Amino acid sequence: MEQSYIQITIDGREIMAKEGQSIVEAARDHGVVIPTLCDFKSLPPAGTCRVCMVQIGGRIVPGCTTPVSFGMVILNDTDDLRNLRKGLIEMLFVEGNHMCPTCEKSGNCELQNLAYQYGMLVPRFPFLFPHRKIESHLPHLLIEHNRCIQCLRCVRGVKAKDGHEIFGFIQRGINIRVTIDSTDPDALTEETAQKAMDICPVGALIKKKTGFKLPIGKRRYDVNGNG
Amino acid sequence: MSTEMGRKWIVATTSLAGCFGCHMSLLDIDEKIFELVKIVEFNKSPFDDTKEFSMECDIGLVEGGCCNSDNVRVLRLFRKHCKILISVGQCAITGGLPAMRNGIPVKELFQESYCNNLTLANSLIPNDEELPLLLDRIYPCHEVVQVDGFLPGCPPRADLLWEALNLLIAGKSLGKISMKNVKYD
Repeated sequence: MEQSYIQITIDGREIMAKEGQSIVEAARDHGVVIPTLCDFKSLPPAGTCRVCMVQIGGRIVPGCTTPVSFGMVILNDTDDLRNLRKGLIEMLFVEGNHMCPTCEKSGNCELQNLAYQYGMLVPRFPFLFPHRKIESHLPHLLIEHNRCIQCLRCVRGVKAKDGHEIFGFIQRGINIRVTIDSTDPDALTEETAQKAMDICPVGALIKKKTGFKLPIGKRRYDVNGNG
Repeated sequence: MSTEMGRKWIVATTSLAGCFGCHMSLLDIDEKIFELVKIVEFNKSPFDDTKEFSMECDIGLVEGGCCNSDNVRVLRLFRKHCKILISVGQCAITGGLPAMRNGIPVKELFQESYCNNLTLANSLIPNDEELPLLLDRIYPCHEVVQVDGFLPGCPPRADLLWEALNLLIAGKSLGKISMKNVKYD
């Protein structure tokens, strides 16, 4: 079947989007930057972080889970949306225990880089200082729940070699947390642990014995970041 | 060089539940320190070893959060005597490393440090009235008093501190600070 295109407008710029695409995908195809956090390459969208909020008419909707439709007029880069996104990022910071100075992922962290991009000096909300656990029983992977933002990238993107799922989540709302299938420790090989660490936008999944590999100044966002 | 006020800016600094790393970072401005001492005079600061406020200050730089009653007392003094109060570094802004104890009951902390510690000769929880009382958790400075500006970093880069001081001395707000020197680590 031939791919059909439909016309949408983002911040006044007309774009021909593929039918069935999400707003974020269509924007990305045309070099329009909509910030994302839980979105990852080819994974199905989850809409968990809400950082990609855009405005259509009077409504604010997540860009990753909203498909484009004909004649859609989208606002992306406005002061209101910037403030809303900054607020969301700040909420993620106060909800967990994000201690950047001690985190192995600092400098390679997508949440941190977004906060730099949005000019966060201090979150406007009080810190919750939740009491969360660190799971260190697995041979290759450390799970730091204090830093988890529940984006569910690992649940969607990391599978064992035979295809079965390793990560899952339990509970709902503010208590939601990622869990790992510990019944088969061999499923989580060193290679899979590396994949999990790479897919995690923050420092919640850390491959053991590789911390602080890149020196300050050479990390991902030191070289190519917004800080 | 003189300032617009016709006198030097009076700056107070202190370290609460911090490690003095932010103070070290201010010293890390290299040769600009000669410029700094021409426009700034310290009062109530470890830099010139003045222990008490002897005058009202223009700028107060606070490093570290509040972990005990003495930190709260000093922070309130800073708020009272400084026209502009700035939280400097991750500990002052977020609680930082000391905040890792948040969520652990104070009793358990004392027992771990002073009773169960393997290197102790005598287990005894210190309880002298001279000693400040430990708070139930670490409080970031802006949860105790009103804070006018924030300079993140562990420590904040020397360039950031220099830029911030220059902005303040020019009468501008820290909202205008460039993010290129802002790092949380």
